[in-house]
Amino acid sequence: MKLFPIMGGIHPDYCKELTSEKAIVVLPMPATLYIPLQQHMGAPASTTVEVGALVKKGQMLGRGEGAVSAPVHAPTSGRITAITEVTAPHPSGLPTLTILLEPDGKDEWAELPAPMADPFTTLPQQIRERVAASGIVGMGGATFPSAVKLGLGNQYKLEILLLNGAECEPYLTCDDRVMREYADDVVDGARIMAHALSAPKVIIAIETNKPQAIEAMTKAAAAFDSVTVVGVPVQYPMGAERHLTQAVTGRETPARKLTADVGVVVHNVATARAVHNAVRFGRPLLSRVVTVSGGAVAEPKNIEVPLGTPVAELLAFCGGATNVKRYVSGGPMMGQPLPSLDVPVVKGTSGILALTKAETKESASRPCIRCGSCVTYCPCGLVPVEMAAFIRNDKLEEAAKIGVQDCVSCGSCSYICPSNIPLVHFFNYAKGRIAALDRERRKTEQTKSLVAAHNARLERQAQAKREAAARAKALKENPDAGRPTP
Amino acid sequence: MSIVVDKSGPFTHGSNNVQRTMFTVLAALVPATLFNLWLFGWPAIFLFLVTMAACLGCEALCTRIAGGSVDDMLSDGSVMITGWLLALSLPPWAPWWVAVVASVFAVCLAKHAFGGLGQNVFNPAMIGRVVVLVSFPVQMTTFVPAKPLFSADAPGFAESLHVTFGRAVSLDNISAASRMGFIKTELSKGVPVSHSLPDYLLSHHSSASDMLMGFHPGSMGETALPLILLGGLFLLWRKIISWHVPVAMLGTLFILGTVFNAIDPARHADGMYHLLSGASFLGAFFIATDYVTSPVSKSGQLVFGAGVGLLTWIIRTYAGYPEGVAFAILLMNALTPILDQHFRPRVFGRTRKGAPLPLKGDK
Repeated sequence: MKLFPIMGGIHPDYCKELTSEKAIVVLPMPATLYIPLQQHMGAPASTTVEVGALVKKGQMLGRGEGAVSAPVHAPTSGRITAITEVTAPHPSGLPTLTILLEPDGKDEWAELPAPMADPFTTLPQQIRERVAASGIVGMGGATFPSAVKLGLGNQYKLEILLLNGAECEPYLTCDDRVMREYADDVVDGARIMAHALSAPKVIIAIETNKPQAIEAMTKAAAAFDSVTVVGVPVQYPMGAERHLTQAVTGRETPARKLTADVGVVVHNVATARAVHNAVRFGRPLLSRVVTVSGGAVAEPKNIEVPLGTPVAELLAFCGGATNVKRYVSGGPMMGQPLPSLDVPVVKGTSGILALTKAETKESASRPCIRCGSCVTYCPCGLVPVEMAAFIRNDKLEEAAKIGVQDCVSCGSCSYICPSNIPLVHFFNYAKGRIAALDRERRKTEQTKSLVAAHNARLERQAQAKREAAARAKALKENPDAGRPTP
Repeated sequence: MSIVVDKSGPFTHGSNNVQRTMFTVLAALVPATLFNLWLFGWPAIFLFLVTMAACLGCEALCTRIAGGSVDDMLSDGSVMITGWLLALSLPPWAPWWVAVVASVFAVCLAKHAFGGLGQNVFNPAMIGRVVVLVSFPVQMTTFVPAKPLFSADAPGFAESLHVTFGRAVSLDNISAASRMGFIKTELSKGVPVSHSLPDYLLSHHSSASDMLMGFHPGSMGETALPLILLGGLFLLWRKIISWHVPVAMLGTLFILGTVFNAIDPARHADGMYHLLSGASFLGAFFIATDYVTSPVSKSGQLVFGAGVGLLTWIIRTYAGYPEGVAFAILLMNALTPILDQHFRPRVFGRTRKGAPLPLKGDK
């Protein structure tokens, strides 16, 4: 299959050998699960259980609210011990409403929705409903509710479902293992998603540093003409949605548009597996595969983890960690720093990394020497050095003009910077500030227009009153004036 | 347990850093420098040491005044590059105070007055050179023929100390015109390079291959072209510099030389002469490629390099100075901020003008 070049990008130390040959193991059920009501982009779910309730495995604990949201389910049977605020797995470390579930050890299933015997004769709408009810979100880390993304077929004429098995982040091997060990499930899930999207073709893109995954997936896809497996070059950030689309199809998604605008929808391989389980067995999303890795971890592993498991328990299961410089949720390039080890694994947690000082290579920033590496390696064609200079001087509008909002925060510039300048940190700050300023401006404009409308209404009323008074006065002075002439 | 959450990712980093970059550049200069120090003997070694010491001293002083960490500043290696390039751009037997004045202007004025590393508009070494070139034209154009260390007519250690540190040493009896100066004078009389170059070689008892290797009067960096080229290729291989500036600069210089030489050989030197003369190679690989003072985008670098080539050719051909690389680079340095604004890469998903790409079916 013909591939297309993508611009920029880097080749970091992948360190995938730490876990790539470690088969997925199942974590023993922890003593308590902490299930946040918000594990996805969009509105948080609202609780459907009371404290003290006994729940079964797969039972809904929180209902999705609004158009963009997702429900959460009980990963096992047990008792709800509390519904309270717990530190969120987010760098802010802010508390979020969380359901505490004490497993009873029986792991008894609730009554599940009926498996769909032949999803390909089912209406796309019904598949989307099942995916929505199963609480499936983008498991590559973006956590956008999958059902909403599967609805794109309604508005766009789609040609390709691009299944993202690039896994370009260093250390992470969870997708690699899922593709090797559950290849048939992933291919089936992908075909079901393509049906839901009304997309005739499925392309599964895998970076060529995962030859076993390519082999397994090619074998699983062999029976289906509509499914192609393609090895893509090892080049970070190959797994970025728009870049992968360009590499595989040559189509460049215009700024501020979706890949769907060029006929492509991208889903992650782990999401495909979750869809397979939901549609074929009626099982909601209750667990995910997490790579626990990093030089500080005693025994790095790929683990199937019940959602809600505290990170500390995962690390303990891997023999603990020593000499840790940093804990990261996700990959080292785009992952988030962990605010605490008490936070739970959620739907978007692809990895838990404990990195040593030698791995983070953190050092103090030095002055920019304008070497231009950030420009050369930016996969989005931006000029990070200039954007950072504008942001440092609080010229956010200037930074926006040269494209800071087109930055995907992949971190290539920060990685390559010889002066160790935290460029992405600047851009994340600017994007947040610009969005906030935008909201504020819209709000001000809205208020202004409301005030203007209010004033206009008052003026109209006053005018009406004056006219009425004038008419009354005229009538008083000349009682005949108001009468219609015969 | 305390966990540091103070910045967003990435939480890993490439192996590149400022020191490594700077010291790679210095390493690339070592062969040509050693050769030249040997070629011009003790006075050249003294001048080199004086220039380096003066630049390091100025850097330390300015950093202390500005309240920065002197260790950090000196360890980043950038001032060593400035001093090194400055030393290479001076006549090897120039007196010590020329080097000191050049160093003060290079480091204190051109670099630190603008805010230090990364903030300067003009290449510091070239500012240093140009200031002394226009201030002390005699000292800056007094060249001596190559007198390799330990050769019969090379000055001894004590005599060399006198050359560099003595008061008003007259070099009249041994001084020689630089090749470019000679050829420029001849061209102005209508003698084409094809005649004047053999004359020059004859009068200096040297051959074309000696000339190429650097056995002729000139600044240190103007000689030993093969070694300079070797250093440049090393930088390209180590990806410290990209091909854009050197190729654009040398290409422009070569094309202009060739074209005008074809039109009027009596007045214009040919393309090869322009390439192999003066500081073309040193400028193309080591000075015009200075990160701080050249554009950050590849397209900007092409324009920048072509501009340096064009201005070098104009100055060499029409101006009073036989060599114009330093002036050309400084003039283009001034344009760098503008080039940076006008030559940006195309943003992903956008047209060159910055509008989102049109969709198929859009009008």
